[in-house]
Amino acid sequence: MDPATELARRHRLRWWEALPWVAALACFFAFPNYLAFGTQVLVTILFALSLDLVLGYAGIVTLGHAAFFGAGAYTVGMMAMHWGWNEPLSGLLAAALVAGAIGLASGLVLLRTHGLALLMLTLCTMALLEQAANMGAEWTGGFDGMPGLSFGKILGLFGFDVLYYKSQYLYALAVLLASFIVVRTLVYSSFGQSLTGVRENLLRMHAVGAPVRVRQVIAYTISAALAGVAGALFAQANGYVNLAVLGLERSAGVMIVLILGGYGRLYGAFVGALAYMLLEHVLAKAYPTAWQLGLGVTLVVVALFARDGVLGMVDALRRRWVGQMRGAGK
Amino acid sequence: MDLNSLISILLGGMAAGMVLFVVSVGLSVTMGLMGFVNLAHGSFAMLGGYAIVLSMKHWGLPFPAALLFGFVAVAAISVVFERLLYAPLYRARELDQVLLTIGLNFALIAAVTLGVGPETQTVQLPGWLSGQTDLGFMSYRTYSLALIVAGTVLMLALLFGFERTRIGARIRAAVDNRRMAQSMGVDVGRLFTLTFALGSGLAAMGGGLGAEILGLDPQYPFRYLVYFLIVVAVGGLGRISGVFFAAMLIGVLDFVLKIYFPKGGTLFIYALTLILLLARPQGLFGKKGL
Repeated sequence: MDPATELARRHRLRWWEALPWVAALACFFAFPNYLAFGTQVLVTILFALSLDLVLGYAGIVTLGHAAFFGAGAYTVGMMAMHWGWNEPLSGLLAAALVAGAIGLASGLVLLRTHGLALLMLTLCTMALLEQAANMGAEWTGGFDGMPGLSFGKILGLFGFDVLYYKSQYLYALAVLLASFIVVRTLVYSSFGQSLTGVRENLLRMHAVGAPVRVRQVIAYTISAALAGVAGALFAQANGYVNLAVLGLERSAGVMIVLILGGYGRLYGAFVGALAYMLLEHVLAKAYPTAWQLGLGVTLVVVALFARDGVLGMVDALRRRWVGQMRGAGK
Repeated sequence: MDLNSLISILLGGMAAGMVLFVVSVGLSVTMGLMGFVNLAHGSFAMLGGYAIVLSMKHWGLPFPAALLFGFVAVAAISVVFERLLYAPLYRARELDQVLLTIGLNFALIAAVTLGVGPETQTVQLPGWLSGQTDLGFMSYRTYSLALIVAGTVLMLALLFGFERTRIGARIRAAVDNRRMAQSMGVDVGRLFTLTFALGSGLAAMGGGLGAEILGLDPQYPFRYLVYFLIVVAVGGLGRISGVFFAAMLIGVLDFVLKIYFPKGGTLFIYALTLILLLARPQGLFGKKGL
């Protein structure tokens, strides 16, 4: 296949793209006792997907992405607690708006810098929000957060069940699917192409006259809004919000998830979140310290040898395999 | 507020600032030299702190000897890390460097938790450093005063080495323009290994010196990472005097804010850093952009 046709066909749906969704539905029926865990995985996938847009496609290295996750979680939490506004879908929308607004405002000023300054600024923005949430105890519950939030029925039909996460799981899956369609459309659009251009060669994009900063700010804002939706989902599904939603560990965690899966390739978020959380679920409870050690060593190895994550390795293996087949055919 | 309490607040803040300076100065120089995003610097400080506290506890080393031991041990370990792990990533993307050093943090935190235990370590100060010293008009904690004196002496020594020796000139040249320095025959790689070892050793000493103020437990690297980075960012890359003033500023500010706004004083530090970096991305005293 020549490169031009390949480029033109890139965005077409392939048969295997239905697999994750079928698998997610199958899990719903196969593992009714693990739906709470499944919901956390779905939320993490969405969060990692939002990071993929800025980190994987726009090439913006940020350590403060949890700021938007937290903003979304606190938005629905505070609305439910203070105004009694507990309708879930409008809550998601409000979270997206608030997180997106924060993303837009911070992106406009932050993205003028790059490198270490940008890293520091994203870190400081997140720390600032975390401290603000800690300080405004009247509104945010301070250090203890907001436990025991209750939310209304989804579409007025399906209530959240605290013990069995049935409706939470399907709700999170639906929101993830909708968000995924948005992200997929976006990255295969000409906008997404120019983002990739910015990541690959900033100077050249400037040279061809592309509005680099505008594109970056737009991507940052959309990504922030999606992260806000993920945070809101987290708050609604679990019924609580605490300071941990804004911490450095959550930011670092989601970055690790995305990079382990492979960034800049849409499905990296899925593979990374599932692999990371399964391992964490099994190992972290039994051997927390060994888990941390293993995670650290894995990251070091990934940084040194496997920079494109699991999906990158799959790609490399496939290329080698296809190459061998062709070689055998000749 | 009377003068004495003002002075005592200043002294307390400066003592904390000295610890920040000793830990962060190496980070500033190594980041300036190679542009390497080293988020594991706090882990070296933690390792040093443990080496110092444990060697005092188990081997009965006196405090100054333990500090020296911590310096040498961590400097040696850091050279191994630098050659094996950091060197392959000098030209890599920033993201890979972030990933590597975050991973290193996790691994070292876990290793310390496994080897020593998760509890907080306390440093046993020798008699001549504990208690109060009479300054004539007021008395103040001896250890804080000793920290201020030691930190100032160290700053002057580093400044002298940086500004007046041949190797210091090479480092400054390489920070300002690595390629140019390289083409003039400066072996930047070896220079970097040297400064990396020195910086990590200083961080180790800072970990031991600051154990009294900052505490020492396995979560140390992540808890103070933002602080060390803020000091470097505010002070500017590769500027010893800049890092010194930034550390003093942050130390005193943090001390004052903790007294008057115990709940959320750090909010102001983050906000100030944010505003400062937006206005001057190269930091207060830096020449070169971060």
